[in-house]
Amino acid sequence: MTATEPVLRLQNITKRFGPLTANDSITFDLKRGEVIALLGENGAGKTTLMNILFGHYVADEGTVEVFGRPLPPGEPRAALEAGIGMVHQHFTLADNLTVLENIALGTQPLWRPRLDRVAAAARIQAMARDFGLEVHPGATVSALSVGERQRVEILKALYRDARILILDEPTAVLTPSETEALFRTLKLMVAKGLSIIFISHKLAEVMAVSDRVLVLRAGRLSGERETATTDRHELAALMVGQEVAQPTVEAVQPGRPLLELAGVSTARRGSGSALDGVSLTLRAGEITGLAGVSGNGQAALAALIAGTERPTSGSIHIDRHNPADWSPRAALASGIGRIPEDRHAVGSIGDMSVTENVVSERYRSQRFSRYGFLDWGAARRFAEQIITDYDVKCPSPDARIRLLSGGNMQKLILGRVLDSDPKVILANQPTRGLDVGAVAYVHGRLLEARRRGAAILLISEDLEEVLALSDRVVVMSKGRLSAPSARGERSVRELGALMAGHGAEAA
Amino acid sequence: MRLEPKPTRPVGILLLYPAAAIAATLVFASLLVLAAGASPFSVFYLVAKGAAGSQFALLETLTRATPLIFTGLAVAVAFRARLWNIGAEAQLYIGAVVTVVLGTGLLPWPSFFLLPVIAFCAMIAGAALLAGPALLKTRFGVDEVVTTLLLNFIVLLFVSMLLEGPLKDPTGLGWPQSQKLIDAARLPRIIQGKRLHYGFVLALISALAIWVVMKKTTLGYEMRAVGHNPEAARFAGIPVNGVLMKTALLSGGLAALAGFSEVSGLKGNLTLDLSPGFGYSGIVVAMLAMLNPLGVVFAAIFVAGIFVGADAMSRSAGVPSYIADVMVATALLTMVTALLFSRYRLRWR
Repeated sequence: MTATEPVLRLQNITKRFGPLTANDSITFDLKRGEVIALLGENGAGKTTLMNILFGHYVADEGTVEVFGRPLPPGEPRAALEAGIGMVHQHFTLADNLTVLENIALGTQPLWRPRLDRVAAAARIQAMARDFGLEVHPGATVSALSVGERQRVEILKALYRDARILILDEPTAVLTPSETEALFRTLKLMVAKGLSIIFISHKLAEVMAVSDRVLVLRAGRLSGERETATTDRHELAALMVGQEVAQPTVEAVQPGRPLLELAGVSTARRGSGSALDGVSLTLRAGEITGLAGVSGNGQAALAALIAGTERPTSGSIHIDRHNPADWSPRAALASGIGRIPEDRHAVGSIGDMSVTENVVSERYRSQRFSRYGFLDWGAARRFAEQIITDYDVKCPSPDARIRLLSGGNMQKLILGRVLDSDPKVILANQPTRGLDVGAVAYVHGRLLEARRRGAAILLISEDLEEVLALSDRVVVMSKGRLSAPSARGERSVRELGALMAGHGAEAA
Repeated sequence: MRLEPKPTRPVGILLLYPAAAIAATLVFASLLVLAAGASPFSVFYLVAKGAAGSQFALLETLTRATPLIFTGLAVAVAFRARLWNIGAEAQLYIGAVVTVVLGTGLLPWPSFFLLPVIAFCAMIAGAALLAGPALLKTRFGVDEVVTTLLLNFIVLLFVSMLLEGPLKDPTGLGWPQSQKLIDAARLPRIIQGKRLHYGFVLALISALAIWVVMKKTTLGYEMRAVGHNPEAARFAGIPVNGVLMKTALLSGGLAALAGFSEVSGLKGNLTLDLSPGFGYSGIVVAMLAMLNPLGVVFAAIFVAGIFVGADAMSRSAGVPSYIADVMVATALLTMVTALLFSRYRLRWR
């Protein structure tokens, strides 16, 4: 086959889920050695399309051809054999097995008593070398970082001789440096003739990595551009159907300190760093941005402020008041609003209704209960009020919150947090995984809270977000905080050096 | 083949699936009845007749359902908060022991005062028995399935010891049984001369009360939140360990009421065969009821009906009454399967 012949051809793919058309007559080609970015907001139909391609779903209409041959629909095995590999957004690895076992899993007949570890390990290491995917084949997956797990997923696909690799939101879980490493790997793969479909809603990444961009909006292909001839504004406009405004941060005079941490340390938990003598002051009307590479103690700081972690030493003052005991309830009672990092696992109870979820932090208040009995009428009115005020798209307050999209769930959590006018707001990765429209909405609401006089701590792995919103920036490295810098005081390069742990001095 | 979630769940479907489950149960049981050499139709007819075909049969079914309602509620409450209480059997026996200790003349009070005191003390004892495993779970992460299950055997042996020793009836001709309760400690019969007693009414009131607790109170809300997602509950400021403890006290207390009701309402004394596994059947009842406290009442009557009906049937048709165990077990499996298919659809390919 020639280099210009498409390795993959999708024609008129249509998929409906009940009344919803997730994919509407989508047609495109993928060439050899090409990186296509599939760009679209959450719910635009990117993942559905890739699931059809990989055989998880059967399209209602349309055909898929791989290397000139039609792909039988609905058979992941056929897709695998045709050379399609997929790296899912949520990893599909067995935690208690080694890297080698995970990669070889399913490639060898079950009745073979043991797999040829030496040969398999050699092959994995050769692939790892070729594509810059360093990972130790004998390591247990549960001991690996998220970035390493993703490398295992990619190796798994390559081990099965994938010629076409689909990456679904691969950077959502990665640190900036891991993302860069992934991009280098992709370049190496393309050089070897692999073709890649890169699913994302982050414009900067799409511009950096792709040759061609396909933009999906509401299930339709709303545009196709050569990356070299387009820019972020055009893509954003294609994606949301309108120009997206950058948040404007007007100057606000910072007020009195609302949260003061003095020399706080915490006990070590899990794989991330614990806090090591952290001092931090959050002032009214000020957004403090916390930058840092994931796992350097941001989780511990967030847990501390949220109340789920107690300090082992040091003191916490909220509005000059030192709470006697520290717990989530104490944090809420002292006026801290918390937007958790993981809205599915921590921020919401998936199988409970929207109403039950919006009152989860305040069900004991006079407003919602009396003598131990809940006032479901008041709770429901509160839910309806948040749904209206925060523009949440949901079928009814009785719907299980699990059914909501990420953006709508986040708006609901935002409503729950902001409705009580908290003095201090902890916003931990508040826009992770959200589409452009929802990101702008969350930013707008945070800035509004800032105008109202809240002290906000914004923790984000997206450095652009931190720089765009924050009045001052602190950098966390190995459980310690850098001295704060005012907006624009430190360059991205200087911040990067602090993030890497160079010259970090305790503030 | 794989499962896809269904976007909608119409009410008609929700009613259709349990019906299909019961039909599947009957079909499966038919095979066994045929193997036993009897006609399925006549056997099912006899089971139905034995369970509800006469006033006597119906009252007998409700009598048998009474302890199952209590243990079913105990399990439903605990499972709702994901506290896996497999020890309702032990809690039932502890409740029975307390009833015998207090009800054989130790407290010479009139009935209207004595009965509530005994019931309350039985609940305290059952609650205390489950508090241990709950404490081990919340403090040290000890699996409560193991501790509550093993406590069943410990408590049964303990009761056996009591019946051979301090609680043994001196006039019992050497049988391991306790003294009879004094009349003031007996729950009255609902209809004179029939076995159905006011324990059944207490069970219905308990079911209603638990339903109110689960639906309308902050405690019920906390229990459901902890059961669905303990991490999110903790983040929201719900004291997870405290809620698990309260759940344990409530669950243990309810199971102990089963023991109180059986001794005080039905048997009049304590023997080692007080419960033919009511604690374990309570799990089946709770699951059949989808952990709904009002559903527990119906599930308990259904399960009791099958057991009572099968006993009557086996006497006249000669098919072993073990068919009841098979039917109850099959009903549970098909009901769980039906529940799954009411939420998901199976896709071949």
